[in-house]
Amino acid sequence: MGSGNRQKLDNPVMEWVDSRLPVFTMMQKEYGVFPTPKNFNYFWNFGAIAMVMLITMIVTGIALAMHYTAHADYAFDSVERIMRDVNGGWLLRYLHANGASFFFIAVYIHIFRGMYYGSYKQPRELLWMLGVLIFLLMMATAFMGYVLPWGQMSFWGATVITNLFSAIPMVGDSIVTLLWGGFSVDNPTLNRFYALHYLLPFVIVGVVFLHVWALHVTGSNNPLGIEPKGPQDTLPFHPYYTMKDTFGLLAFLIVYAAFTFFMPNALGHPDNYIPADPLVTPAHIVPEWYFLPFYAILRAVTFDIGIPFTDIVLIPAKLGGVLAMFGSIAILFVFPFLDKHPVRSSRFRPWYRPALLLFVVTVLVLGVCGGKPAEGFWVPLSQLGTVYYFAFFLVLIPFFNKKEPVLELPPSINDAVLKKNEKAA
Amino acid sequence: MSDDDPNKPRRDFLYLTAAAFGAVGAGSVAWPLINQMNPAADTLALSTTEVNLAPIQEGQAITVMWRGKPVFIRHRTVKEIEEAKAVDLGELRDPETDGARTKEGQEKWLVMVGICTHLGCVPLGQKDADVKGEYDGWFCPCHGSHYDSSGRIRKGPAPTNLAVPEYEFLNDTTIKIG
Repeated sequence: MGSGNRQKLDNPVMEWVDSRLPVFTMMQKEYGVFPTPKNFNYFWNFGAIAMVMLITMIVTGIALAMHYTAHADYAFDSVERIMRDVNGGWLLRYLHANGASFFFIAVYIHIFRGMYYGSYKQPRELLWMLGVLIFLLMMATAFMGYVLPWGQMSFWGATVITNLFSAIPMVGDSIVTLLWGGFSVDNPTLNRFYALHYLLPFVIVGVVFLHVWALHVTGSNNPLGIEPKGPQDTLPFHPYYTMKDTFGLLAFLIVYAAFTFFMPNALGHPDNYIPADPLVTPAHIVPEWYFLPFYAILRAVTFDIGIPFTDIVLIPAKLGGVLAMFGSIAILFVFPFLDKHPVRSSRFRPWYRPALLLFVVTVLVLGVCGGKPAEGFWVPLSQLGTVYYFAFFLVLIPFFNKKEPVLELPPSINDAVLKKNEKAA
Repeated sequence: MSDDDPNKPRRDFLYLTAAAFGAVGAGSVAWPLINQMNPAADTLALSTTEVNLAPIQEGQAITVMWRGKPVFIRHRTVKEIEEAKAVDLGELRDPETDGARTKEGQEKWLVMVGICTHLGCVPLGQKDADVKGEYDGWFCPCHGSHYDSSGRIRKGPAPTNLAVPEYEFLNDTTIKIG
């Protein structure tokens, strides 16, 4: 971000600023002429889309915060007041609630893009890890945000998720009391969740800044997974990708708007329109859809893990489920170091590609399982899905490192693009 | 300063003591910021509840609030008590006798925190019409834990029995919880 060899700007005011703080030079370098691989497909839109969703969430969130009351006695009513009395309050709240879902949609597609085209690989490991950190922060933020309306699902979701920490040996119960600020989920819990729900998005902004910074050091990956070799392989970011991103963004926003205006509660749960009642548990507690695969993994561990043929239990079922759930995210952090195969893009990985697509199917199936009661056929199905989730990282990837054939890659992006055009013509 | 400098041990000592003091200082600043999240004095002040047991008929159960949590108080029938006492401790996940979960001479009263030890839902079984599970006690609808007529875990994912809070009989018909 240093000024480097700064070129004088024509406008005297801009030049005055730029010579003291080179913001215009930086924007020109990072977003104007920034050399970007010329073969991006629409999967490369989702970083920018996620950024727009983050901004949308912060803007609508700050507006909602002006009307919301973080108190167990008033929270539910203040949300209903936002819906009925505050000018445009219904719109702000529906934008915010559905915005969370669409932020996760964008981020899940963005993560899939990274996995499919090998964007996590050397030299972009840290870029990927910062991304996983953003994902984790998003999950914490979304969870605490869902508690704020203080409906039945808010209350019982908060109860179930905070109780996960009681599985930690020795200190679990003290940690849960510390999280609650009392002996159950109650007003102190709501207050602190509100404080943290307001704080964490700005932490996310900070990590996004680092994520983008790291991206601008290594440059973007691309669908071929080979590095640009010269100017013939790249295009300036503006106007080529500003336009492509804008087009993709508008298509995405149309779907977002359709949900917000025509089916604003389709992704929510009707029980959350019942005020929180600590004495009545809803018959069927489910988290928001974007947590369902992880919820299924949590519930898949229904057995104690111990030393065979003895009664000694090393990991009780409850702790096992919690470890599996947190492990399913933790394993993403180390993914760049598990996968040592030299080829990035799935286009040139005959074995990794079907394994990854099956992984995606598994996550979707786990999502369905997570939304069903933990009984009957859904339990073994969740267990099967959980086994494949971990086997993908811990069995298949190390196996591919050794055995998957290394195909010949195109000599350059330019070469591959020209060949494709010849074929099309 | 090179490795064979005679002042090196002194310098190392200074580094270590400075770092140690820094760590203690950082810890003493961090602790109040963490501890403020623990239950406040007014929350702790709500931590005892007195309950009059006289109106509860045999076979009935009531739910009272204590520390923001539901507490189940069941006036057990003779059959329920006998069932609870007849269980072989060897087949329990969290072995505990019925006697250890009730007060001597007051075995008909079972007082427990009505929160499933799995993930904190409120089990069903307080009302006549409720599902009581396979062991004549309570059933948690969230993840399917069955508790017996002594509130002990018998089947399902919960790791331990329903907790018995600290309580005492002030007289034959009044208890103080907490």
